[in-house]
Amino acid sequence: MGWTNVILQGVLIGGLYAMFAAGLSLIFGVMRLVNIAHGDLIVLAAYVALMVTQTLGIDPLTSLLLVTPVMALIGYALQRGLLNRTLGDDLLPPLLVTFGLSIIIQNGLLELFTADSRKLQAGAIEIQTFQLLQGVWVGLLPLIQFVVAVAVIAGLQTLFYRTALGRAFRATSDDQAVAQLMGLDTRHVFAMAMALSLAIIAIAGVFLAVRANFDPSIGPARLIFGFEAVIIGGLGSMWGTLAGGVILGVSQAIGAQIDPGWQLLAGHIVFLVILAVRPQGLFPKVSG
Amino acid sequence: MRVEHATHSSRIGIAIIAIALVVFALAPFWGDRQTLRLLAEIFTFVALASLWNLLAGYAGLVSVGQQAFVGLGGYLLFALVIILDVHPIWAILIAGPVAAVVAVPVAALIFRLRGAYFAIGTWVVAEVFRLLASQISVLGGGSGISLPASAVIAMAPSRQAREFETYWLALGLTIIVLATIVVLLRSRHGLALTAIRDNETAAQSSGVGVIRIKFYVYVLVAFGTSMIGALIFLMKLRISPDTAFSVNDWTAFVIFITVIGGIGRIEGPIIGTIVFFMLRQTLADLGSLYLLMMGAVAIVVMLWAPKGLWGLIAERFGWQALPLQRYLVLTPKTEEAGRKP
Repeated sequence: MGWTNVILQGVLIGGLYAMFAAGLSLIFGVMRLVNIAHGDLIVLAAYVALMVTQTLGIDPLTSLLLVTPVMALIGYALQRGLLNRTLGDDLLPPLLVTFGLSIIIQNGLLELFTADSRKLQAGAIEIQTFQLLQGVWVGLLPLIQFVVAVAVIAGLQTLFYRTALGRAFRATSDDQAVAQLMGLDTRHVFAMAMALSLAIIAIAGVFLAVRANFDPSIGPARLIFGFEAVIIGGLGSMWGTLAGGVILGVSQAIGAQIDPGWQLLAGHIVFLVILAVRPQGLFPKVSG
Repeated sequence: MRVEHATHSSRIGIAIIAIALVVFALAPFWGDRQTLRLLAEIFTFVALASLWNLLAGYAGLVSVGQQAFVGLGGYLLFALVIILDVHPIWAILIAGPVAAVVAVPVAALIFRLRGAYFAIGTWVVAEVFRLLASQISVLGGGSGISLPASAVIAMAPSRQAREFETYWLALGLTIIVLATIVVLLRSRHGLALTAIRDNETAAQSSGVGVIRIKFYVYVLVAFGTSMIGALIFLMKLRISPDTAFSVNDWTAFVIFITVIGGIGRIEGPIIGTIVFFMLRQTLADLGSLYLLMMGAVAIVVMLWAPKGLWGLIAERFGWQALPLQRYLVLTPKTEEAGRKP
């Protein structure tokens, strides 16, 4: 039963990685932008949640009602004010500007909150567990986290294929110039995509902060987990991204079980192996 | 008709560089210990930034994971010295080719990632190297290790002689790195690289083997970066996975230097390093605020002056410090040949 538990924990953590990945995948799909500051924005969301929970005295999951719109607004402003200027044929500007942004967020948080580890306290649900099968125990919080991740992915899928905004996203993704000719304001569409990406980041950031300690330096590793989940799952496929997150989570859990030093390494190795044998990912949809 | 590289400004540039080289080579006779140390650090950053510039500015391979090769070089130095008892200077020379061999399968793997995802792929590689380094218990595992005193003394008997030796090593290696880049850019492959820099699709359709050249550049840059990495950690005398594979020190600073100085131009990293160190000498007390400001300046430069400080100067005055551009010069003989028919 030991291994069943390990794999189950890996699957549940995979939901969190899928949320890291979904926002990354969304903006890459819509505007071919790879946001290097993605991980640092997740950490920023965690700190915003920390401030909200401390000042209002509410629990972290309730704080999402405030943190999500705040992050979405930041995303919209960031895209309109800064990132739209970087888009074009040249790869360098978006990469270097988001890299600069990553350094700015990291060091800004370091100035404001010091390097001390923080954690969000969610109260009783943190320690509640129940027995799923004989000898297999599941924590309530990891389960909520996984269900939310599935809901986020399903929601994105619906938004992409069933709503006007989703149609605008797909149109801009297919051909920016034609979308513009059809009367779409692509600057606004891009900003909406970034707002949505940061709304997902907010959810991911809060769950991250409830689950484990965080400090200003942990962003880049979250970017890498999200990125690995995207590539493992295959570009452009939302459900593939969830599968990618789960595969990464399970690999890390198994690695950690063998030797604690191998937790992260096992995840990276699985990613590199998949890149070597199936570079298009497991469930590809578009070629990037 | 013939092709010329040199211009008036590049002849002046060469003269200034020649004078600077003599002044720097004689630095142990005019500078104190602090000056030598600062200069050696400046040289290593010029070399790292120039190598990154070749990779990202010319070959279009935007890597945020070059700390993989800085750290690899550092760890190769320590492994060769501690485990195999190699002389540190030999270890630096061996670190280059070994890293190039390591870079071949790495490139084969991460070249599968298109465009911007390539950047994050390089970062994953650096993380894997860092995690592997912290598993090597002979080299101190996660907490790191110092270079044994016996190996340090083997370099030179006195501390002063040792400091002179590392200083000249830093100057020499940096000159070799810069000279290699200049020779490469003046060659046939340099023309191809410049074409890739200016327009990759156009370069491809003119018959440039884009992927092959990018692959060679990646391996060559790994070679140089690793040697500089070994040198850096010979100067530091201590290594740990976190310092060796630090993204701030070996990638963020290097990128900011290149962007501020002027990406895609050989003079850019040199100008950028000078600006970077002038700012650092005055603002170092600010700590993390300093990095924050560098990030902001780099964003502003990237958006409003994408060719950097040197780009502004070069375009305003048409200067080039090194004879790299190509000019067609009409000679009387070909003019006559042209008139005949």
